[in-house]
Formats: sequence, C-alpha cells, structure tokens
Amino acid sequence: MNTLLEVSGVSVTFDGFRAINNLSFQIGDAELRAVIGPNGAGKTTFMDIVTGKTRPDEGRVIWGDKSQSLLKMNEAKIAQAGIGRKFQKPTVFEDQTVQENLLIALKKPRGWLSVLMYRPSTADLEKTANLAQEIGLLDALSRKSGELSHGQKQWLEIGMLLAQEPRLLLVDEPAAGMTPQEREHTTDLLLEAAKTRAVVVVEHDMEFVRRLNCKVTVLHEGSVLAEGSLDHVTSNQNVIDVYLGR
Amino acid sequence: MQRSFIAKNPSVLIFLACLALFTLIVTVLSEGFGVGVVSTSFVKTLGKTLCLCLVAVAMDLIWGFTGILSLGHFAFFGLGGYMIGMWLMYERTRLIVVESLSQTEIPPTKSEIIDGIGNQIFGVVGSSDFPLIWAFSDSLFLQLAMVVLVPGLLALVFGWLAFRSRVTGVYLSILTQAMTLALALYLFQNDSGLRGNNGLSGLQNLPGVAASQDEVSLWFLWASALALGLGYLLAAWVVSGKLGSVILGIRDNEARVRFLGYSVETYKLVVFTFTACIAAIAGALYYPQAGIINPAEIAPIASIYLAVWVAIGGRGRLYGAVIGAAFVSLLSTWFTGGQAPDIPLGFYTIKWVDWWLVLLGLSFVAVTLFTPKGMGGLVDLLTQRKSPNRHGANLGPDDGALREQEASQ
Repeated sequence: MNTLLEVSGVSVTFDGFRAINNLSFQIGDAELRAVIGPNGAGKTTFMDIVTGKTRPDEGRVIWGDKSQSLLKMNEAKIAQAGIGRKFQKPTVFEDQTVQENLLIALKKPRGWLSVLMYRPSTADLEKTANLAQEIGLLDALSRKSGELSHGQKQWLEIGMLLAQEPRLLLVDEPAAGMTPQEREHTTDLLLEAAKTRAVVVVEHDMEFVRRLNCKVTVLHEGSVLAEGSLDHVTSNQNVIDVYLGR
Repeated sequence: MQRSFIAKNPSVLIFLACLALFTLIVTVLSEGFGVGVVSTSFVKTLGKTLCLCLVAVAMDLIWGFTGILSLGHFAFFGLGGYMIGMWLMYERTRLIVVESLSQTEIPPTKSEIIDGIGNQIFGVVGSSDFPLIWAFSDSLFLQLAMVVLVPGLLALVFGWLAFRSRVTGVYLSILTQAMTLALALYLFQNDSGLRGNNGLSGLQNLPGVAASQDEVSLWFLWASALALGLGYLLAAWVVSGKLGSVILGIRDNEARVRFLGYSVETYKLVVFTFTACIAAIAGALYYPQAGIINPAEIAPIASIYLAVWVAIGGRGRLYGAVIGAAFVSLLSTWFTGGQAPDIPLGFYTIKWVDWWLVLLGLSFVAVTLFTPKGMGGLVDLLTQRKSPNRHGANLGPDDGALREQEASQ
C-alpha cells in the first residue's frame, strides 16, 4: 500500500507547552483510521499541522505520490492538493442553501476569475443532487443550511467534503451530539467514503470507534502511544493506564 | 433549477425600474428640460445623492457581503473626485488663459500658456509650477483612466499589505481609518500638489460647454443614475453567482472557506479593489455636481457616515444600502440646510443644524439594537420573509458575520 501522508518527527510548542512531541504518523490510500486520546493529547493540533493552520517547530509532513512537503504550503493550497477537513463543530455556510453549500465545495478551479464566471452546469447540479441524496438531504436542497438540525449540518459538512473529492479526509469528532440513529448514518457515510480515499477520524467515543472497525492510533501528550486494532490497543497496559483506566 | 439572473433576483428589475422612473420624473419637473418645479440646486442634490447611493452599494459589497468593515472607502471616493477635478480645473483655466492672452499682439507661446495656467491654479498656494501628479491633467482620457487607476492601485497595495498579514475585524477598520486620515492630512499640505486645504474648485463648469447649469445638472443626474444602475446590476450579478457564495462564506466563516481551498486573501483583495473603483467612479460623478473638493471630504468621519447609511438601510442587501444612503443623506441635507423648523422648548431651542448629528447617532444606535435589518427589513414585511429562530446564534464565528436578527429565510 502506498503511503499517502507521512508525518515524521513533528513537534510543536505553544507558550512552552509541548502540544505535539516528536509525533510520527502514516496513512495509505483508501485507509480508514481512528485517532483517539484523552483531552489535550494533541488530536486537533495534529489536524491543524496537516492542514497548514499551525506550523510545527520541527519535523516533516510529506504528501502524495510526488512526496511534496506540506509545510511550505498555505491552507488553501493544501486543500487544493486534496486534503479535506471537517471541524469539530458543524461549520456550514448558514446563510446559504444546501445546494449553494455543496456547489461552493465542488471540485472546480478555485481562482477568483473562474469562480466569478462559473455557472453551474447540469452535470454539477446532478452531482450535488446525488451528494444530497447520499447524505439524506435531497429534500432540503433549497433550504438555508442554517435551518438544518445539528446532525443534518454535520452530514452537510461531510457532503461538502465529499464534493471536494479529497484524497485524504480529516474528520474531527463527527458523532458529537448525535442521536444513535444519526450516528449509524454517519458511520455508514464514513465507511463508504473510506473505500475510495483515506479517512482519519478523531473521536472520543469508543463505541463509535468500535463500529468503524479499523486501525486505531492512540495519542497521548502529543505522541503516539499505541497503534493497531481496537482490541489490540485496548489491551495495551499503557493505554489502559492513561486513557481507559480513568 | 437553472433560471435566468433576473428571474432569480426580481429586486434588481424593480430597483432599475424605480431608478428610471425617478430620473424621468425629476427630468420632467426640472428647470432645464421640464416644467421648472424642481430647482436646479435640488436637481444637483438629487444627482449627488445618486452618487452616494453608488458608493453605498460598494460599501455594502465590502461590508455587508464580504464582512470587511472598511472605514476608508471615502478616501477612494475623494480620490476619484480629485482625479476628474484636475482635468476640469486645468482645461477651464487653459481656456481662460488662452482667451486673455489672445488680446496681446504677439501670439503666446506654448510655455507662456502653461505658465499662465500654473499661476492661476497654484497661485493660492504660492506656487506656479505643475507638480508631477498633474502630468496627465491636459488629457481628459488619461485623467478619466486615473479616476479608476489611482484609487484602484491604492486599494490594491493597501489591501495586499493588510489582508496578507491576516488583519481582520476591528483592527482592519482602524487601519482603514488611519489610511483615510493619512491621505487627508497629506492633501491638506500646500505642497501636496493638489492645492492644500483650498482643494479644487469651479468643478461645476464644464470646459467648452456653453449650456447653462440647469441643463448640465440634468446631464449629471442622468450620468449618476446610469452609473448607479450599472453599478447595482454589476454588484447584483457578482453576488448572485458562486463568487457571491464565496464572499458570503468569507463573511460568516473565513477559516472554512480557506479549508475548502479558496485563497481568502485574494478574494478579499479583489472585492476591496473592485469596490474602491466603484467608489472612485461615484466620486468622479459627485464632485462636478458639488463644484468643489477639498481634503475635508475624505476625513475619517465621512467613511463612518457611509457605514452608518448602510447599517440604517440594512447591510447584506443591495437595495438596503441604496435606501439607507438616499434617505439619510437627503434627511441630512434637509436638517443641516436650515429647512427643518427649530423646536422652541421655552428654556432651550433645539436648532437642528446642531442637533441633527445627535439624532443621527441615536437612530444608528436604535437601528443596531432594535431593527438590525435596517430599512431594507421593511421589504421583508411586504414579501413576508421571516427571520429564522436560531436561538441566539450568529451565522458564523467571524466578526463580520450576520447577526441572528439580520438573517432571513
């Protein structure tokens, strides 16, 4: 399996606090991975580094077949290279309709001139309709996304990520605040997405991770504590001590 | 799902129809071409108001749609006025100088004429040489190009520096205030080359035009109406498409747009520069009607008024900006022009010339607190658009994001 993203030896310090400490992480094409860890383990900072929001003090972040370094690119360039990110809180453009939200995310040229001249083709509209179907929002296409329920916003955001057609999806706590049925739907969406691309899910909830049924990376104090199947890591004594035992 | 631009934005058609009707009525009632009910000076006031509406549209684009509270757009407005004023003043002075020198027995040389013009224009600031910035003032075409180019370039450079350092929110507003203040202070200097605090004057006289002000005022009213119509149409077209989606996204949640792969800084810069150019065109049409421009016009307070107009009219909708600018600036003319009757309270007489600003300030506070949709929100009552109940949440985390009460379904 090809390595899609390789993070090696990355450290970052905020005001003397080591949020990430010599972290190394690898993920291949079409792989689903769950990242778990207690609060302050550096899960979100890890995503910030990969997406260009935070610059690490040291280390390397290598991306794709051409082995590009992501450290020299800004957020927009990294997103264009094929890394999509879903935030912890659902962040959709609330003043715009579901369709507009999906259209803005659709993989198209991002320069301002082509965006100014852009008019959605029938194929694009079909694509948004298919995506809306997939995330269960087909009936809500022309509704303002601000009116949607919390769970629907989460799905819309996942739909926007899929519309971006990224090669790597970073998803931060997708199931937070969802009802059990909504969680199930979210699991299905993520499993489906992971068939064609790499997906990294950061999650607190063990039950949710178990349902994803994938390799798990446990972070603690900014570095990897254990890696393997969920049963493997949950039987690891270190993991039990710092995380599960509490 | 595919519908034409007008079908999706019926307000554009309604607005253009209202504008055309207004222009027609004023023309019919004017002294120049009509029955003479509306005085020429009032036609000029109305023409100037249309220019203010245009700059308000620009302000709404940058603030209401992109979420950047620029408090410096009157700098671009004033610069546009200066650029056209330079040609107007040069050309008119040249005609006068040529006329007066033609009385002499020996025909004047070219340099004599230019010296004469220089003396006339710069005599008030104790100089007679043309500064470098007047290099193109003899060419109407070049000077018209500079109406857009000079403010556009200033906006481009300023915006590039500000946006690339990711200055946002209130800091950016302060920065834009500093820019307009610095420009005003610079222009106040006599050696700035634009006649210091005297400014440029006599701009209402078009060189080589024999028509009376009655007619000229109408020409400018038509030009202003045309510019407002085109500017409105262009702005509406820009925000109706995907670019509109992107800038609304930037207003409500900049980080999200960035992680979608859009270069937020570039988009901000494009909108900032574009709106600066619109403001400059509005200024170039405004000052020939006002007749005079001086650095006080681009004092920081002017740009703040602009934000007040848009807020009172209702930001985030183009017609709101137009309504706000027209209503407040006309009302301001009425109150400060001494037409509003004083209110004697016995122990104190309220003179509106002094108290108008207090009234404006109070109404600004009232609009912000009680009707955040502004006057444009009245349209929602007619079309029965409802505000969504968002349980107190704004539409996004950014400073410029719409507040809950401003949103509509």
